[in-house]
Amino acid sequence: MKELVVISGKGGTGKTSLLAAFASVAKGKALCDADVDAADLHLIMDPRIKERHDFESGHEAAINQDMCTQCGLCRELCRWNAISEDFNVDPIVCEGCGVCYYFCPEKAIEFPLKNCGEWYLSETRFGPMAHARLGIAEENSGKLVTLIRKEGKKLAEKENLGLLLTDGPPGIGCPVIASLGGATATLIVAEPTVSGRHDMERVVELAAFFKVPAMVCINKYDLNPDMGQAIEVFARERNVTVMGRIPFDPVFTKAMVQGKTIFEFDDRSDGSKAVKGIWEKLEKDLKIS
Amino acid sequence: MIISIASGKGGTGKTTVATNMAVSLGGDVQLLDCDVEEPNAHLFIHPEINEVKIITTPVPEVDMEKCNLCGKCGEICQFKAIVVIGKTVLPFPEMCHSCGGCMEVCPEKAITETGRELGVIERGSRNGLEFVHGKLRVGEAMSPPLIRKVREYARPDALTIIDAPPGTSCPVITSMKGTDFVLLVTEPTPFGLYDLKLAVGAVKILDIPCGLVINRSDMGDDKVKIYAEKENLPILMEIPFDRKIAEAYSRGEMIVDVMPEWKEKFLELYHQIEEMSFHKNH
Repeated sequence: MKELVVISGKGGTGKTSLLAAFASVAKGKALCDADVDAADLHLIMDPRIKERHDFESGHEAAINQDMCTQCGLCRELCRWNAISEDFNVDPIVCEGCGVCYYFCPEKAIEFPLKNCGEWYLSETRFGPMAHARLGIAEENSGKLVTLIRKEGKKLAEKENLGLLLTDGPPGIGCPVIASLGGATATLIVAEPTVSGRHDMERVVELAAFFKVPAMVCINKYDLNPDMGQAIEVFARERNVTVMGRIPFDPVFTKAMVQGKTIFEFDDRSDGSKAVKGIWEKLEKDLKIS
Repeated sequence: MIISIASGKGGTGKTTVATNMAVSLGGDVQLLDCDVEEPNAHLFIHPEINEVKIITTPVPEVDMEKCNLCGKCGEICQFKAIVVIGKTVLPFPEMCHSCGGCMEVCPEKAITETGRELGVIERGSRNGLEFVHGKLRVGEAMSPPLIRKVREYARPDALTIIDAPPGTSCPVITSMKGTDFVLLVTEPTPFGLYDLKLAVGAVKILDIPCGLVINRSDMGDDKVKIYAEKENLPILMEIPFDRKIAEAYSRGEMIVDVMPEWKEKFLELYHQIEEMSFHKNH
Protein backbone atom coordinates (compact mmCIF):
# COMPACT_ATOMS: atom_id res chain seq x y z
CA MET A 1 0.00 0.00 0.00
CA LYS A 2 1.12 3.53 -0.73
CA GLU A 3 0.76 6.52 1.52
CA LEU A 4 0.88 10.14 0.40
CA VAL A 5 1.30 12.64 3.23
CA VAL A 6 0.43 16.28 2.59
CA ILE A 7 2.45 18.74 4.68
CA SER A 8 3.45 22.38 4.36
CA GLY A 9 5.76 23.70 7.05
CA LYS A 10 3.78 26.93 7.21
CA GLY A 11 0.17 26.61 8.29
CA GLY A 12 -2.79 27.71 6.22
CA THR A 13 -1.32 27.09 2.78
CA GLY A 14 -4.17 24.81 1.73
CA LYS A 15 -3.14 21.28 2.80
CA THR A 16 -6.61 20.17 3.87
CA SER A 17 -8.50 21.70 0.93
CA LEU A 18 -6.09 20.02 -1.44
CA LEU A 19 -6.23 16.65 0.29
CA ALA A 20 -10.03 16.78 0.31
CA ALA A 21 -9.99 17.51 -3.43
CA PHE A 22 -7.67 14.54 -4.05
CA ALA A 23 -9.96 12.37 -1.93
CA SER A 24 -12.91 13.17 -4.16
CA VAL A 25 -11.15 11.95 -7.33
CA ALA A 26 -8.73 9.26 -6.16
CA LYS A 27 -9.82 5.69 -6.73
CA GLY A 28 -9.57 3.06 -4.02
CA LYS A 29 -8.23 4.98 -1.06
CA ALA A 30 -8.61 5.49 2.66
CA LEU A 31 -8.20 8.85 4.38
CA CYS A 32 -6.29 9.85 7.46
CA ASP A 33 -6.23 13.17 9.31
CA ALA A 34 -2.87 13.32 11.08
CA ASP A 35 -3.20 16.99 12.08
CA VAL A 36 -4.51 15.81 15.41
CA ASP A 37 -4.29 19.02 17.39
CA ALA A 38 -6.25 21.13 14.89
CA ALA A 39 -7.96 18.53 12.75
CA ASP A 40 -10.13 20.05 10.01
CA LEU A 41 -10.54 17.36 7.34
CA HIS A 42 -13.75 16.10 8.95
CA LEU A 43 -15.37 19.50 8.25
CA ILE A 44 -15.32 18.63 4.54
CA MET A 45 -15.61 14.84 4.82
CA ASP A 46 -18.54 14.82 7.23
CA PRO A 47 -17.60 11.39 8.58
CA ARG A 48 -20.10 8.96 10.10
CA ILE A 49 -18.22 7.71 13.13
CA LYS A 50 -18.38 3.91 13.41
CA GLU A 51 -15.82 3.38 16.16
CA ARG A 52 -14.71 5.69 18.92
CA HIS A 53 -11.67 4.98 21.10
CA ASP A 54 -9.98 6.74 23.99
CA PHE A 55 -6.41 7.77 23.46
CA GLU A 56 -4.52 7.06 26.63
CA SER A 57 -0.91 7.99 26.67
CA GLY A 58 1.60 8.98 29.28
CA HIS A 59 1.01 9.57 32.95
CA GLU A 60 0.38 12.51 35.17
CA ALA A 61 1.44 12.99 38.79
CA ALA A 62 -1.02 13.85 41.56
CA ILE A 63 -0.15 14.31 45.23
CA ASN A 64 -2.29 12.69 47.87
CA GLN A 65 -2.45 15.47 50.48
CA ASP A 66 -3.32 13.07 53.32
CA MET A 67 -0.07 11.17 52.90
CA CYS A 68 2.20 14.07 51.94
CA THR A 69 4.55 15.27 54.70
CA GLN A 70 5.69 18.25 52.62
CA CYS A 71 9.32 17.15 52.79
CA GLY A 72 9.94 19.02 49.54
CA LEU A 73 11.96 16.35 47.74
CA CYS A 74 9.54 16.29 44.79
CA ARG A 75 9.79 20.05 44.33
CA GLU A 76 13.56 19.77 44.41
CA LEU A 77 13.67 17.00 41.80
CA CYS A 78 10.99 18.32 39.41
CA ARG A 79 12.73 20.07 36.55
CA TRP A 80 9.53 21.68 35.30
CA ASN A 81 8.56 23.46 38.53
CA ALA A 82 5.23 21.69 38.19
CA ILE A 83 4.72 21.35 41.95
CA SER A 84 3.49 24.39 43.85
CA GLU A 85 4.60 25.54 47.29
CA ASP A 86 1.49 23.96 48.78
CA PHE A 87 2.27 20.68 47.02
CA ASN A 88 -0.17 20.58 44.17
CA VAL A 89 0.84 19.38 40.73
CA ASP A 90 -0.03 21.69 37.84
CA PRO A 91 -1.26 19.16 35.25
CA ILE A 92 -0.49 21.55 32.40
CA VAL A 93 3.14 21.82 33.38
CA CYS A 94 3.66 18.18 34.46
CA GLU A 95 5.81 16.41 31.88
CA GLY A 96 4.81 12.93 33.06
CA CYS A 97 8.39 11.90 33.82
CA GLY A 98 7.45 10.16 37.08
CA VAL A 99 10.53 11.29 38.98
CA CYS A 100 8.48 12.69 41.89
CA TYR A 101 6.37 9.53 42.01
CA TYR A 102 9.44 7.30 42.04
CA PHE A 103 11.32 9.13 44.76
CA CYS A 104 8.53 10.22 47.14
CA PRO A 105 9.55 8.67 50.50
CA GLU A 106 5.90 8.61 51.68
CA LYS A 107 4.56 7.04 48.47
CA ALA A 108 2.14 9.96 48.49
CA ILE A 109 2.20 10.54 44.75
CA GLU A 110 -0.11 8.80 42.33
CA PHE A 111 0.83 8.48 38.70
CA PRO A 112 -2.22 7.38 36.71
CA LEU A 113 -2.43 6.90 32.97
CA LYS A 114 -3.75 9.98 31.23
CA ASN A 115 -6.56 10.31 28.72
CA CYS A 116 -5.20 12.60 26.02
CA GLY A 117 -8.00 12.52 23.46
CA GLU A 118 -10.04 10.28 21.19
CA TRP A 119 -9.62 8.61 17.86
CA TYR A 120 -12.23 7.48 15.38
CA LEU A 121 -12.81 5.10 12.53
CA SER A 122 -15.41 6.49 10.16
CA GLU A 123 -17.09 6.15 6.82
CA THR A 124 -17.27 9.10 4.42
CA ARG A 125 -18.70 9.68 0.96
CA PHE A 126 -15.18 9.16 -0.37
CA GLY A 127 -14.23 6.07 1.59
CA PRO A 128 -13.12 5.06 5.09
CA MET A 129 -11.33 7.57 7.27
CA ALA A 130 -9.22 7.45 10.44
CA HIS A 131 -9.12 10.64 12.46
CA ALA A 132 -8.53 11.86 15.98
CA ARG A 133 -8.93 14.68 18.42
CA LEU A 134 -6.10 15.43 20.79
CA GLY A 135 -7.43 16.80 24.07
CA ILE A 136 -6.95 20.55 24.37
CA ALA A 137 -3.59 21.41 25.92
CA GLU A 138 -2.55 17.76 25.84
CA GLU A 139 0.75 16.19 24.99
CA ASN A 140 1.80 13.14 23.02
CA SER A 141 0.54 14.42 19.68
CA GLY A 142 3.33 12.49 17.96
CA LYS A 143 2.13 9.21 19.44
CA LEU A 144 -1.44 9.92 18.37
CA VAL A 145 -0.24 10.71 14.86
CA THR A 146 1.63 7.40 14.71
CA LEU A 147 -1.44 5.57 16.00
CA ILE A 148 -3.89 7.20 13.60
CA ARG A 149 -1.68 6.52 10.58
CA LYS A 150 -1.44 2.89 11.60
CA GLU A 151 -5.23 2.71 11.93
CA GLY A 152 -5.60 4.40 8.54
CA LYS A 153 -3.42 1.75 6.95
CA LYS A 154 -5.43 -1.00 8.61
CA LEU A 155 -8.64 0.51 7.23
CA ALA A 156 -7.19 0.56 3.74
CA GLU A 157 -5.88 -3.00 4.01
CA LYS A 158 -9.19 -4.30 5.30
CA GLU A 159 -10.99 -3.01 2.22
CA ASN A 160 -8.17 -3.81 -0.16
CA LEU A 161 -7.48 -0.19 -0.98
CA GLY A 162 -4.07 0.61 -2.41
CA LEU A 163 -3.70 4.17 -1.18
CA LEU A 164 -3.79 6.13 2.05
CA LEU A 165 -4.14 9.91 1.77
CA THR A 166 -2.86 11.54 4.94
CA ASP A 167 -3.39 15.17 5.93
CA GLY A 168 -0.35 16.23 7.94
CA PRO A 169 0.20 18.95 10.55
CA PRO A 170 2.10 22.23 10.07
CA GLY A 171 5.59 22.81 11.43
CA ILE A 172 8.63 20.53 11.56
CA GLY A 173 8.39 19.19 15.13
CA CYS A 174 7.22 15.97 16.70
CA PRO A 175 3.79 15.52 15.01
CA VAL A 176 5.29 16.23 11.57
CA ILE A 177 8.15 13.82 12.16
CA ALA A 178 5.57 11.23 13.22
CA SER A 179 3.59 11.92 10.02
CA LEU A 180 6.53 11.35 7.71
CA GLY A 181 8.18 8.15 8.92
CA GLY A 182 7.68 5.36 6.40
CA ALA A 183 5.50 7.37 4.01
CA THR A 184 5.76 6.60 0.28
CA ALA A 185 6.05 10.28 -0.55
CA THR A 186 5.13 13.69 0.79
CA LEU A 187 3.54 16.56 -1.07
CA ILE A 188 4.56 19.94 0.31
CA VAL A 189 2.01 22.70 -0.26
CA ALA A 190 3.94 25.95 -0.41
CA GLU A 191 2.83 29.53 -0.92
CA PRO A 192 4.84 32.17 -2.77
CA THR A 193 5.63 34.42 0.18
CA VAL A 194 8.84 35.05 2.10
CA SER A 195 7.52 32.99 4.98
CA GLY A 196 6.12 30.29 2.69
CA ARG A 197 9.51 29.92 1.09
CA HIS A 198 11.39 29.94 4.40
CA ASP A 199 9.10 27.29 5.89
CA MET A 200 9.10 25.15 2.76
CA GLU A 201 12.90 25.07 2.76
CA ARG A 202 12.93 23.77 6.33
CA VAL A 203 10.32 21.11 5.65
CA VAL A 204 12.19 19.98 2.50
CA GLU A 205 15.23 19.56 4.70
CA LEU A 206 13.14 17.57 7.19
CA ALA A 207 11.82 15.22 4.50
CA ALA A 208 15.39 14.66 3.29
CA PHE A 209 16.50 14.03 6.89
CA PHE A 210 13.94 11.22 7.17
CA LYS A 211 14.56 10.08 3.57
CA VAL A 212 10.97 10.56 2.41
CA PRO A 213 10.71 11.51 -1.30
CA ALA A 214 9.27 15.03 -1.52
CA MET A 215 7.19 16.87 -4.09
CA VAL A 216 6.03 20.45 -4.01
CA CYS A 217 3.16 22.45 -5.43
CA ILE A 218 2.61 26.17 -5.01
CA ASN A 219 -0.76 27.52 -4.00
CA LYS A 220 -1.82 31.14 -4.72
CA TYR A 221 1.00 31.21 -7.27
CA ASP A 222 -0.01 34.52 -8.87
CA LEU A 223 0.28 36.38 -5.57
CA ASN A 224 4.00 36.61 -6.22
CA PRO A 225 5.19 34.74 -9.34
CA ASP A 226 8.85 35.67 -8.75
CA MET A 227 8.75 34.08 -5.32
CA GLY A 228 6.91 31.09 -6.80
CA GLN A 229 9.68 30.61 -9.31
CA ALA A 230 12.34 30.94 -6.64
CA ILE A 231 10.63 28.14 -4.69
CA GLU A 232 10.55 25.94 -7.79
CA VAL A 233 14.25 26.58 -8.45
CA PHE A 234 15.08 25.67 -4.85
CA ALA A 235 12.94 22.53 -5.15
CA ARG A 236 14.69 21.32 -8.30
CA GLU A 237 18.10 21.92 -6.74
CA ARG A 238 17.05 19.59 -3.92
CA ASN A 239 15.57 16.92 -6.18
CA VAL A 240 12.07 17.80 -5.07
CA THR A 241 9.60 17.23 -7.90
CA VAL A 242 7.65 20.33 -8.86
CA MET A 243 4.03 19.20 -9.27
CA GLY A 244 2.31 22.38 -10.38
CA ARG A 245 0.98 25.85 -9.67
CA ILE A 246 -2.43 26.72 -8.27
CA PRO A 247 -3.75 30.24 -8.82
CA PHE A 248 -5.27 32.30 -6.04
CA ASP A 249 -8.94 31.33 -6.31
CA PRO A 250 -11.82 32.16 -3.93
CA VAL A 251 -13.27 28.75 -4.84
CA PHE A 252 -11.25 27.26 -1.96
CA THR A 253 -12.99 29.40 0.66
CA LYS A 254 -16.41 29.13 -0.99
CA ALA A 255 -16.23 25.34 -1.18
CA MET A 256 -15.05 25.11 2.44
CA VAL A 257 -17.94 27.27 3.66
CA GLN A 258 -20.33 24.76 2.10
CA GLY A 259 -18.44 21.73 3.40
CA LYS A 260 -17.56 20.62 -0.11
CA THR A 261 -14.37 19.82 -1.97
CA ILE A 262 -13.43 22.29 -4.69
CA PHE A 263 -14.35 19.71 -7.34
CA GLU A 264 -17.78 19.24 -5.85
CA PHE A 265 -18.28 22.98 -5.62
CA ASP A 266 -17.06 23.98 -9.09
CA ASP A 267 -14.85 21.65 -11.06
CA ARG A 268 -14.35 24.16 -13.84
CA SER A 269 -12.81 26.92 -11.74
CA ASP A 270 -9.16 27.79 -12.39
CA GLY A 271 -8.22 26.45 -8.97
CA SER A 272 -9.96 23.13 -9.63
CA LYS A 273 -8.32 22.71 -13.02
CA ALA A 274 -4.88 23.30 -11.54
CA VAL A 275 -5.48 20.84 -8.70
CA LYS A 276 -6.77 18.27 -11.21
CA GLY A 277 -3.51 18.62 -13.12
CA ILE A 278 -1.50 18.09 -9.96
CA TRP A 279 -3.52 15.01 -9.05
CA GLU A 280 -3.01 13.47 -12.49
CA LYS A 281 0.73 14.00 -12.20
CA LEU A 282 0.67 12.50 -8.71
CA GLU A 283 -1.15 9.42 -9.96
CA LYS A 284 1.45 8.96 -12.65
CA ASP A 285 4.50 9.65 -10.48
CA LEU A 286 3.31 7.46 -7.61
CA LYS A 287 1.97 4.81 -10.01
CA ILE A 288 -1.43 4.83 -8.40
CA SER A 289 -4.71 4.56 -10.31
CA MET B 1 2.95 43.00 30.28
CA ILE B 2 3.14 40.00 27.98
CA ILE B 3 0.73 39.65 25.07
CA SER B 4 0.74 36.33 23.25
CA ILE B 5 -0.64 36.01 19.76
CA ALA B 6 -2.05 32.61 18.89
CA SER B 7 -4.60 31.09 16.53
CA GLY B 8 -5.35 27.38 16.48
CA LYS B 9 -5.38 27.25 12.70
CA GLY B 10 -2.14 28.08 10.92
CA GLY B 11 -1.77 30.82 8.36
CA THR B 12 -4.44 33.12 9.79
CA GLY B 13 -2.09 36.06 10.29
CA LYS B 14 -0.46 35.72 13.73
CA THR B 15 2.88 36.95 12.49
CA THR B 16 1.26 39.81 10.58
CA VAL B 17 -0.49 41.04 13.72
CA ALA B 18 2.52 40.46 16.00
CA THR B 19 5.02 42.26 13.78
CA ASN B 20 2.77 45.17 12.84
CA MET B 21 1.74 45.76 16.42
CA ALA B 22 5.34 45.52 17.64
CA VAL B 23 6.67 48.12 15.19
CA SER B 24 3.68 50.43 15.70
CA LEU B 25 4.35 50.78 19.42
CA GLY B 26 7.12 52.99 20.68
CA GLY B 27 9.03 52.57 23.90
CA ASP B 28 10.49 49.46 25.48
CA VAL B 29 9.00 46.71 23.35
CA GLN B 30 10.29 43.22 22.65
CA LEU B 31 9.04 40.70 20.13
CA LEU B 32 9.67 37.03 20.95
CA ASP B 33 8.98 34.62 18.09
CA CYS B 34 8.05 31.36 19.83
CA ASP B 35 7.02 29.57 16.64
CA VAL B 36 10.40 27.87 16.76
CA GLU B 37 9.45 25.19 14.21
CA GLU B 38 8.76 27.75 11.54
CA PRO B 39 9.79 31.20 12.80
CA ASN B 40 8.80 33.93 10.35
CA ALA B 41 8.72 37.25 12.21
CA HIS B 42 12.36 38.03 11.33
CA LEU B 43 11.43 38.00 7.64
CA PHE B 44 9.33 41.12 8.26
CA ILE B 45 11.28 42.80 11.08
CA HIS B 46 14.71 42.32 9.44
CA PRO B 47 16.48 42.60 12.78
CA GLU B 48 20.19 43.09 13.06
CA ILE B 49 21.20 39.92 14.92
CA ASN B 50 23.93 40.49 17.48
CA GLU B 51 23.72 37.36 19.60
CA VAL B 52 23.47 33.71 18.53
CA LYS B 53 23.30 30.97 21.12
CA ILE B 54 23.15 27.23 20.61
CA ILE B 55 20.57 25.77 22.98
CA THR B 56 20.90 22.25 24.30
CA THR B 57 18.88 20.07 26.61
CA PRO B 58 20.52 17.66 29.06
CA VAL B 59 20.58 13.97 28.09
CA PRO B 60 22.29 11.07 29.87
CA GLU B 61 25.75 9.75 29.24
CA VAL B 62 26.74 6.47 30.90
CA ASP B 63 30.15 5.61 32.27
CA MET B 64 30.27 1.84 31.60
CA GLU B 65 33.22 1.46 34.00
CA LYS B 66 30.94 2.40 36.87
CA CYS B 67 27.68 0.85 35.60
CA ASN B 68 26.68 -2.49 37.15
CA LEU B 69 23.79 -3.08 34.74
CA CYS B 70 21.17 -2.92 37.52
CA GLY B 71 18.60 -1.52 35.06
CA LYS B 72 17.09 1.10 37.37
CA CYS B 73 17.62 3.83 34.76
CA GLY B 74 15.53 2.01 32.21
CA GLU B 75 12.89 1.35 34.84
CA ILE B 76 12.37 4.99 35.83
CA CYS B 77 12.48 6.38 32.29
CA GLN B 78 8.94 7.00 31.03
CA PHE B 79 10.12 7.80 27.53
CA LYS B 80 12.10 4.65 26.62
CA ALA B 81 15.15 6.87 26.28
CA ILE B 82 17.57 4.58 28.11
CA VAL B 83 17.66 0.77 28.11
CA VAL B 84 19.93 -1.93 29.35
CA ILE B 85 20.62 -4.38 26.54
CA GLY B 86 22.86 -7.31 27.34
CA LYS B 87 26.07 -5.97 28.84
CA THR B 88 25.58 -2.37 27.88
CA VAL B 89 23.32 0.63 28.48
CA LEU B 90 21.92 2.35 25.44
CA PRO B 91 20.68 5.91 25.78
CA PHE B 92 18.41 7.21 23.00
CA PRO B 93 19.08 10.93 23.36
CA GLU B 94 16.44 11.98 20.80
CA MET B 95 13.71 10.38 22.98
CA CYS B 96 14.93 11.97 26.22
CA HIS B 97 12.78 14.59 27.95
CA SER B 98 15.65 15.70 30.23
CA CYS B 99 13.93 14.87 33.51
CA GLY B 100 17.17 13.74 35.13
CA GLY B 101 15.49 10.67 36.64
CA CYS B 102 18.05 8.15 35.39
CA MET B 103 20.93 10.16 36.78
CA GLU B 104 19.17 10.56 40.11
CA VAL B 105 18.27 6.90 40.45
CA CYS B 106 21.63 5.41 39.45
CA PRO B 107 23.12 3.86 42.60
CA GLU B 108 26.61 3.77 41.07
CA LYS B 109 26.60 7.43 40.00
CA ALA B 110 27.48 6.17 36.54
CA ILE B 111 25.26 8.66 34.70
CA THR B 112 26.19 12.23 33.93
CA GLU B 113 24.56 14.64 31.52
CA THR B 114 25.65 15.90 28.17
CA GLY B 115 23.68 18.08 25.77
CA ARG B 116 21.43 17.41 22.79
CA GLU B 117 21.17 20.39 20.49
CA LEU B 118 17.63 21.75 20.28
CA GLY B 119 18.41 24.64 17.99
CA VAL B 120 19.56 28.23 18.26
CA ILE B 121 18.27 31.44 19.77
CA GLU B 122 19.06 34.65 17.93
CA ARG B 123 18.67 38.07 19.43
CA GLY B 124 18.82 41.43 17.77
CA SER B 125 16.99 44.68 17.22
CA ARG B 126 15.49 47.01 14.70
CA ASN B 127 14.78 50.69 15.39
CA GLY B 128 14.74 50.15 19.13
CA LEU B 129 12.51 47.06 18.99
CA GLU B 130 14.18 44.13 20.72
CA PHE B 131 13.84 40.90 18.77
CA VAL B 132 14.39 37.30 19.91
CA HIS B 133 13.53 34.05 18.17
CA GLY B 134 14.28 30.36 18.45
CA LYS B 135 14.98 28.11 15.49
CA LEU B 136 14.41 24.43 16.11
CA ARG B 137 17.09 22.20 14.61
CA VAL B 138 15.67 20.32 11.63
CA GLY B 139 15.12 16.74 12.83
CA GLU B 140 14.58 17.75 16.47
CA ALA B 141 11.11 16.70 17.65
CA MET B 142 10.68 18.66 20.87
CA SER B 143 9.97 22.35 20.59
CA PRO B 144 8.67 23.22 24.13
CA PRO B 145 12.11 23.28 25.82
CA LEU B 146 13.38 25.71 23.18
CA ILE B 147 10.23 27.82 23.50
CA ARG B 148 10.80 28.03 27.27
CA LYS B 149 14.32 29.31 26.61
CA VAL B 150 13.02 31.99 24.23
CA ARG B 151 10.52 33.08 26.88
CA GLU B 152 13.32 33.55 29.40
CA TYR B 153 14.25 36.64 27.40
CA ALA B 154 11.04 38.39 28.47
CA ARG B 155 11.92 41.36 30.68
CA PRO B 156 9.34 42.31 33.34
CA ASP B 157 9.80 46.03 32.71
CA ALA B 158 9.20 45.76 28.97
CA LEU B 159 6.11 45.20 26.87
CA THR B 160 6.58 41.71 25.44
CA ILE B 161 4.78 40.43 22.35
CA ILE B 162 4.91 36.68 21.74
CA ASP B 163 4.26 35.18 18.31
CA ALA B 164 3.00 31.68 19.16
CA PRO B 165 2.93 28.56 16.96
CA PRO B 166 -0.35 27.20 15.50
CA GLY B 167 -2.29 24.35 17.11
CA THR B 168 -3.55 23.77 20.65
CA SER B 169 -1.04 21.32 22.11
CA CYS B 170 2.13 21.67 24.18
CA PRO B 171 4.09 24.15 22.00
CA VAL B 172 1.16 26.60 22.04
CA ILE B 173 0.48 26.12 25.74
CA THR B 174 4.17 26.68 26.49
CA SER B 175 4.01 29.93 24.51
CA MET B 176 0.79 31.26 26.09
CA LYS B 177 1.02 30.10 29.71
CA GLY B 178 1.61 32.92 32.16
CA THR B 179 1.05 35.69 29.62
CA ASP B 180 -1.30 38.55 30.52
CA PHE B 181 -3.42 38.53 27.39
CA VAL B 182 -3.97 36.22 24.43
CA LEU B 183 -4.86 37.73 21.11
CA LEU B 184 -6.41 35.07 18.89
CA VAL B 185 -6.10 35.67 15.17
CA THR B 186 -8.71 33.84 13.13
CA GLU B 187 -10.39 33.82 9.74
CA PRO B 188 -14.14 33.60 9.08
CA THR B 189 -14.13 30.11 7.57
CA PRO B 190 -15.25 26.71 8.90
CA PHE B 191 -11.60 25.69 9.50
CA GLY B 192 -10.87 29.02 11.15
CA LEU B 193 -13.89 28.71 13.44
CA TYR B 194 -13.33 25.10 14.41
CA ASP B 195 -9.70 25.71 15.33
CA LEU B 196 -10.61 28.96 17.08
CA LYS B 197 -12.95 27.05 19.38
CA LEU B 198 -10.08 24.73 20.30
CA ALA B 199 -7.79 27.70 20.92
CA VAL B 200 -10.43 29.39 23.10
CA GLY B 201 -10.69 26.13 25.06
CA ALA B 202 -6.94 26.23 25.69
CA VAL B 203 -7.04 29.89 26.74
CA LYS B 204 -9.86 29.10 29.16
CA ILE B 205 -7.86 26.28 30.76
CA LEU B 206 -5.04 28.77 31.29
CA ASP B 207 -7.51 31.42 32.51
CA ILE B 208 -6.09 34.31 30.50
CA PRO B 209 -8.22 37.20 29.15
CA CYS B 210 -8.44 37.12 25.37
CA GLY B 211 -9.76 38.92 22.33
CA LEU B 212 -10.03 38.28 18.61
CA VAL B 213 -8.62 39.64 15.41
CA ILE B 214 -10.52 38.51 12.32
CA ASN B 215 -8.27 38.47 9.30
CA ARG B 216 -9.58 38.41 5.71
CA SER B 217 -12.80 39.35 7.48
CA ASP B 218 -14.86 39.65 4.29
CA MET B 219 -13.95 36.30 2.74
CA GLY B 220 -15.93 33.50 4.37
CA ASP B 221 -19.14 33.54 6.37
CA ASP B 222 -20.43 35.21 9.56
CA LYS B 223 -20.23 32.22 11.89
CA VAL B 224 -17.06 33.41 13.67
CA LYS B 225 -18.85 36.63 14.60
CA ILE B 226 -21.91 34.77 15.84
CA TYR B 227 -19.67 32.51 17.92
CA ALA B 228 -17.71 35.48 19.30
CA GLU B 229 -20.89 37.20 20.38
CA LYS B 230 -22.27 34.08 22.01
CA GLU B 231 -19.02 33.46 23.89
CA ASN B 232 -18.54 37.12 24.81
CA LEU B 233 -15.24 37.30 22.98
CA PRO B 234 -14.47 40.88 21.98
CA ILE B 235 -13.53 41.39 18.34
CA LEU B 236 -10.70 43.89 18.63
CA MET B 237 -9.80 44.27 14.98
CA GLU B 238 -10.90 43.20 11.53
CA ILE B 239 -8.56 43.12 8.58
CA PRO B 240 -10.44 42.82 5.28
CA PHE B 241 -8.91 40.86 2.43
CA ASP B 242 -6.86 43.23 0.33
CA ARG B 243 -4.69 41.91 -2.45
CA LYS B 244 -2.31 44.79 -1.77
CA ILE B 245 -1.80 43.50 1.80
CA ALA B 246 -1.38 39.90 0.59
CA GLU B 247 1.18 40.89 -2.04
CA ALA B 248 3.10 43.11 0.38
CA TYR B 249 3.16 40.20 2.84
CA SER B 250 4.49 37.89 0.12
CA ARG B 251 7.47 40.23 -0.31
CA GLY B 252 8.18 40.50 3.41
CA GLU B 253 6.68 43.97 3.81
CA MET B 254 4.51 44.99 6.70
CA ILE B 255 1.04 46.47 6.43
CA VAL B 256 2.10 49.60 8.35
CA ASP B 257 4.89 50.19 5.83
CA VAL B 258 2.75 49.97 2.70
CA MET B 259 -0.41 51.46 4.24
CA PRO B 260 0.75 53.79 7.06
CA GLU B 261 -2.85 54.51 8.07
CA TRP B 262 -2.86 51.05 9.70
CA LYS B 263 -0.35 52.12 12.33
CA GLU B 264 -3.09 53.97 14.18
CA LYS B 265 -5.29 50.84 14.09
CA PHE B 266 -2.58 48.64 15.57
CA LEU B 267 -1.98 51.23 18.30
CA GLU B 268 -5.70 51.24 19.02
CA LEU B 269 -5.62 47.42 19.14
CA TYR B 270 -2.91 47.61 21.77
CA HIS B 271 -4.80 50.19 23.82
CA GLN B 272 -7.86 47.95 23.90
CA ILE B 273 -5.72 45.06 25.12
CA GLU B 274 -4.10 47.25 27.75
CA GLU B 275 -7.50 48.30 29.03
CA MET B 276 -8.89 44.75 29.10
CA SER B 277 -5.93 43.32 31.01
CA PHE B 278 -6.01 46.32 33.37
CA HIS B 279 -9.64 45.58 34.25
CA LYS B 280 -8.82 41.93 34.76
CA ASN B 281 -6.03 42.76 37.21
CA HIS B 282 -7.70 45.57 39.18
